[in-house]
Amino acid sequence: MNILIAILVLGAISALFGALLGYASIRFHVEGDPIVEQLDALLPQTQCGQCGYPGCKPYAEAVANGEAINKCAPGGEDTIKKIADLLGVDVQPIDENHEQDDSSQSNRPKVAFIIEEDCIGCTKCIQACPVDAILGAAKQMHTILIDECTGCDLCVAPCPVDCIEMRPTAETIQNWQWDLNKIAVKQVD
Amino acid sequence: MESIIERINQGKFWHFHGGIHPPEQKAITSGKPIKHLPLPKQLILPLQQHIGRQGDLLVEVGDKVLKGQALTQSSNPMAVPVHAPTSGTITAIKKSVIAHPSGLSELCLFIDVDGEDTWKKREICQDFSKLSHQDIIKKIADAGIAGMGGAGFPTHIKVNTKPDINFLIINAAECEPYITADDLLIGEQSEAIVDGIKILDQLLNPAFILIGIEGNKPRAIKALQQATQHNDKIKVCVLPTKYPSGGEKQLIKILTGKEVNSGTLPIDLGIVVQNIATCFAISDAVINDIPLIRRVVTLTGRALSKPQNLWVLLGTQVSYLLNQTGFFREVSETKSTPNSPPPNPPVIMGGPLMGFSILNEQVPIVKTSNCILAPSKIEMPSAFDNYSNEVECIRCGQCADVCPSQLLPQELQWSAKAKDHQQLIELNLFDCIDCGACAYVCPSQIPLVQYYRVAKAEIRQQQQLDIKAEKAKARFEARKLRLEQEKTARKEKHDKAAAARKAVMNKKSADGGTASSAVAAALARVKAKKAAKSKNTELPVASGEGQSDNDQTETSPVKAAIARAKAKRLAQEKSAEAPVASNENQKNVVDDTKARIAAAVAKAKAKKAQVNKSSIEQTELSTATKQENMNESVQNTTTEAEEKKARIVLAVAKAKAKAKLKRMDKAQQASTTNNEEST
Repeated sequence: MNILIAILVLGAISALFGALLGYASIRFHVEGDPIVEQLDALLPQTQCGQCGYPGCKPYAEAVANGEAINKCAPGGEDTIKKIADLLGVDVQPIDENHEQDDSSQSNRPKVAFIIEEDCIGCTKCIQACPVDAILGAAKQMHTILIDECTGCDLCVAPCPVDCIEMRPTAETIQNWQWDLNKIAVKQVD
Repeated sequence: MESIIERINQGKFWHFHGGIHPPEQKAITSGKPIKHLPLPKQLILPLQQHIGRQGDLLVEVGDKVLKGQALTQSSNPMAVPVHAPTSGTITAIKKSVIAHPSGLSELCLFIDVDGEDTWKKREICQDFSKLSHQDIIKKIADAGIAGMGGAGFPTHIKVNTKPDINFLIINAAECEPYITADDLLIGEQSEAIVDGIKILDQLLNPAFILIGIEGNKPRAIKALQQATQHNDKIKVCVLPTKYPSGGEKQLIKILTGKEVNSGTLPIDLGIVVQNIATCFAISDAVINDIPLIRRVVTLTGRALSKPQNLWVLLGTQVSYLLNQTGFFREVSETKSTPNSPPPNPPVIMGGPLMGFSILNEQVPIVKTSNCILAPSKIEMPSAFDNYSNEVECIRCGQCADVCPSQLLPQELQWSAKAKDHQQLIELNLFDCIDCGACAYVCPSQIPLVQYYRVAKAEIRQQQQLDIKAEKAKARFEARKLRLEQEKTARKEKHDKAAAARKAVMNKKSADGGTASSAVAAALARVKAKKAAKSKNTELPVASGEGQSDNDQTETSPVKAAIARAKAKRLAQEKSAEAPVASNENQKNVVDDTKARIAAAVAKAKAKKAQVNKSSIEQTELSTATKQENMNESVQNTTTEAEEKKARIVLAVAKAKAKAKLKRMDKAQQASTTNNEEST
């Protein structure tokens, strides 16, 4: 008799909690995968495709599904660190295949530049640009909207006359960074 | 508010947290009057001398300009125009090094001074109290006045406020060591300054006007008290000397006891703060129609033999000022290789605590430069060192004691070194006013302010990048959406076009179908007739009898009955034979058409093959002849001694011929294989 009561009570409790869990899973259902959004927010949004995915969001989705976190070249180590923090995994050195070419001496961000006298107006770069930062029409000279260019490099390869090159942006008072090593502003007494 | 005024009348003030008492060093220049300099040969005017945007150029290279003539105009409210400080000719508009710690170049106007100092036409205003608010604000904006205390915020924006103003605070504290520019300006121009204050009073209509001035300027205090003795609204508040009491938030705290919260502006408390030099510039602009073209600059430091305050035209190069004040160039100790030229002795723009060393003595004076400090080695040995004496933080906490913004400088320093931007923001780094008090008291000689400046710039940069990334993301998403829409639109269009084509085809085929079926039916009938004719041999009697019967029925109705009976009989006989005959006919027809179709197909194939072959042969022939022709022409041209060109043409022709032959070979192969397959 006691055993029967125990079974009944435990059964009732389990049924109750089962119902509760079932209700909660419906009531508090989360649409989509929020981790993808968080990852996407960490990526630099250059949409360059250097990671092998067509844009930052697809790479964020891939990372959420277990892709390596060290493939974002424009983001560099900072981004890897942030992603590692978010996902609770170890920081990895940047993938050699995805390392950015740092041979140039300037570390300023680069943007595409069209050598306008060479441009034949083929519109191939316009189709390649992921952020619509190239202005032009067929058989008309094209030009880059510097403020919109993310420096992703994707327009350089399709150009049939090689008239696009990546140039570092100019250093201005607005974007100048204090350099502790170069300029010693002395504190005096 | 009344209690505040009572306290002020009793000479009691509040205190701000922290602060330091560095050696004042004001006596170097405070005893000498402001000197007017001879006109320099050249002036360099940066287009942007303030916070905000630069104006649009109004002049071109080669233009003659008069003193006070506007050189830029503002299309943006945050833009402030610049004016010609004296008459002369614009010789260049190009990038030049400006007074900025980065030593970067910005767009500057170069004026060759003609020495005549001819004024533009001025309209002197006799009674400013008759001017409307808009007129005064327009005059201030057109005169290019930006805050002359240091930041250079456009004044016409600051004075163009709607809400009720409790206090207008005039900042004459001038708390930084060495600087005496405001002190002497007040001493010499107190009447004009009070006029400027009255203009601001008219604009803002505050309940009270408080002039905050440190007690170390007795002559200036006396002059101000004399100038304001008939005006109860204006109170001259003599403050105890403490650095940085001239900071906007610190001054507000001292005078009113109110704290300006992080992220808010003094205007939220009903307070407007103006620098006293700005008041002078306002009175000059509104009353005398003199735009902001000159300012008082303190030339000081033990490396100068004649330190003094000077009236300096904007755009005057620092090197000119140093020469005028007898700069003794002390060579600094070089730790670098002996071959490299010795670095210039340090020249600091601004005060010793908040200024920056200028890399190039050619930089011009701008609206915000109040002091040029050229220290001697004994006076300021650290400025001559090319190395840092920084050692580890010993956590003494002195920096936190002196911080006027009540921040935690050592925590900030660690976070700045670790580049922990989140933590820096949480520690309110952006409330730091760069006063340098923490670095002044630091026993480990850590240049704390430098770390904060770097961190601030980095955080701003990061914020800009974040904004850009957000924009790039939006654009990327928009593009994806657009491409998707275009794709679906295209597909729809295709489908529609295909459907339309199909409909047309169906209509046509329906018409054609009926036509062809009619033809086919006709053909079939003819064939059937033929077949029937050929079968006639089998049924000659029957048909002949039938016909004769028909004739007979027409001619002799008498025999009709007999004929009918006969016909009946015949029909009975026919019905036994006819089915077999018709079957045979049909079979024959089907066989016939099949054979015909097969023949036609075979013919078509044969024809195609022939055509292919012949065309290939033809093209081969034609190219061969072409080549020959070309060869001939090439020979001709070589005789005309255009060997190079000819060779190129030949090479190109050869390459073309080669390519063509290759293509043809391929085509032939393909066609033969096709033929084989088809046969």
